[in-house]
Amino acid sequence: MNEFDTRLTADVLVIGGGPAAAWAAWSAASKGAEVVLVDKGYLGTSGATAPGGTNLLYLPPDQKLRDQAVEQRYKGGGFLSEPSWTYRVLDQVYINLERIEQWGYPFVRDEEGVPKRGHLQGLEYMNLMRKVVLKAGVKVLDHHPSLELLVDEHGVGGARGISRLDNKEWEVRANAVVLATGGCAFLSKGLGCNVLTGDGLLMASELGAELSGMEFSRAYAPSAAFGTITRGRLLGWATYYDEAGNILNADGNRGQILQRAVSEGRTVYAMLNKADTPEKRAILRRSHAVFFLPYDRTGIDPFTQKFPLTVRCEGTVRGTGGIRLAAEDCSTTVAGLYAAGDAASRERLMGGMSGGGAFNASWAICSGTWSGEAAAAYALSLAKHAGHRRLRAAGRYGLQRNDSEGPATWRPDNKELVTAVQQEVSLKINYFRNVPNLRASLDRLNALWGVAGSSARGDNVQQRVRAREIAAMTATARWMHTASLERKETRGMHTLEEYPEQDPAQLHRIVLSGIEQIAVRYDKVPV
Amino acid sequence: MIELVSDDRCIRCGICVKVCPTHVFDVDAEGLPFIARQEDCQTCFVCEAHCPADALYVSPYADVSVDVEEEELIASGLLGSWRATVGWGPGRTKLASIDTTEFIDRILPPRRTNI
Repeated sequence: MNEFDTRLTADVLVIGGGPAAAWAAWSAASKGAEVVLVDKGYLGTSGATAPGGTNLLYLPPDQKLRDQAVEQRYKGGGFLSEPSWTYRVLDQVYINLERIEQWGYPFVRDEEGVPKRGHLQGLEYMNLMRKVVLKAGVKVLDHHPSLELLVDEHGVGGARGISRLDNKEWEVRANAVVLATGGCAFLSKGLGCNVLTGDGLLMASELGAELSGMEFSRAYAPSAAFGTITRGRLLGWATYYDEAGNILNADGNRGQILQRAVSEGRTVYAMLNKADTPEKRAILRRSHAVFFLPYDRTGIDPFTQKFPLTVRCEGTVRGTGGIRLAAEDCSTTVAGLYAAGDAASRERLMGGMSGGGAFNASWAICSGTWSGEAAAAYALSLAKHAGHRRLRAAGRYGLQRNDSEGPATWRPDNKELVTAVQQEVSLKINYFRNVPNLRASLDRLNALWGVAGSSARGDNVQQRVRAREIAAMTATARWMHTASLERKETRGMHTLEEYPEQDPAQLHRIVLSGIEQIAVRYDKVPV
Repeated sequence: MIELVSDDRCIRCGICVKVCPTHVFDVDAEGLPFIARQEDCQTCFVCEAHCPADALYVSPYADVSVDVEEEELIASGLLGSWRATVGWGPGRTKLASIDTTEFIDRILPPRRTNI
């Protein structure tokens, strides 16, 4: 029996530190629940939103505009979304953005005085959300990575983990848990993405929750070859060049030029010379200011000088796959367990294509709100206090073993394991998808799972957390490739070289469950 | 990656240790933060934005460590520049309040260009 340095009980436990977690915590607290939020990093800076900015799926309450947006989304996502969910998101995000403005976010107004709420600067937004969450009475534990969930025959009952700053063990018991841990970007250093290692997907799967849409995980975002700023929108003003200086996008279409070149070891250069006046340049600088940091700091004028590009893997973060939601309140198939943000499958909103950050940002706000409210209602409806339940720890993979369990098996060091997983989500395997490459990769991942999923002797906090992240990333890659091989067609962001067309007979969602043995079933799209 | 914690400028507030999402900093016996795990830095620049003393410098190079000179960073205006751009600190205008993102569609380049 472990001794815990910190032991807390609450109604709702929220795991995560990005926008979905913040909204979930605030919403649960607003419904009268006692809420604890634990995050691996820091609520206010964790995740893909905080360091940059994020566009939103946001439209004024104009029926025609909204109908068009819903129709567009339905087609773009390969008909796997549910229009009713897109309408729900449009309604909810409008309400929440008004709230953000009331809380003090300084939205710009246009010439007619209309507030422009379709974009949020990440640092300002998340700093504000932290203040609002604290003011609502939520107990926030930063640098408290969760390692495993607690469970009994009635469902989830909390989580356990370590406190990074002082190497102490913690346990929080709660009758409802919201997983808002983000997606999985495989430690690729895309902006803000290195805390996103699929932790929630593994924790949920250990409780028997299902995953959906894992084949929609083919996102690779452009950044400076030497840098991390994955803000592709400004490259709309770029001309692409090859190493000899030939223009690559003369037809105005960037297409797959960059992905193709990077996978073949060639360098593509870009220059933002389509922003050809000082006025245009000033507008771009004040929109995505973070985009310019790498260039300003290396003495490159990106408007008049070429800079080299690469791509960074965004996996499920800019994809749409994740924990399958069983109902409109973001509950899962496990009692008391809810999922929000990129940890959840976003198929119900956007099908097989995320269409950039906008949908994910609005989804984080809405799914956070709904999961938080539902988790509070569920926890408050139960008679038995979580502190009185006979809970056991559910974690099985990549955790520290007790010495009593015998000698540890040999295990490569964490760095080698990370590299091994990353190689299996390279462009060649996971972007230019074909059956033999995916199959061979899945075989290697299954072999790797033998060590990546095994117990680890963590010498320190960092290594213990990393070992668990490696298990989560390896499991996530296996789920991705399994689903990709199952969908024998091209739909949404998923492609297979052998099956370049959309196949009407495969208009279903691919639902996975299990870790060692992965079970596959098809889910009809509700009409 | 993070390359500099300025001993001169640092006010020992500990904010960088707290806000770094990947836990790169530790604090020494005198309360001075130091870069304990540079390889874990994800080059997200949030520590710089939060540092009230403009004491931190994150180099834009994500995968290699480079030498930096504090005097040069000060002379070139780079030390503290991200916080200034975000508009945090007394008397500054927040980037969020002059955000032009909603207007960038007005200056879209033509879809096809014949160069």
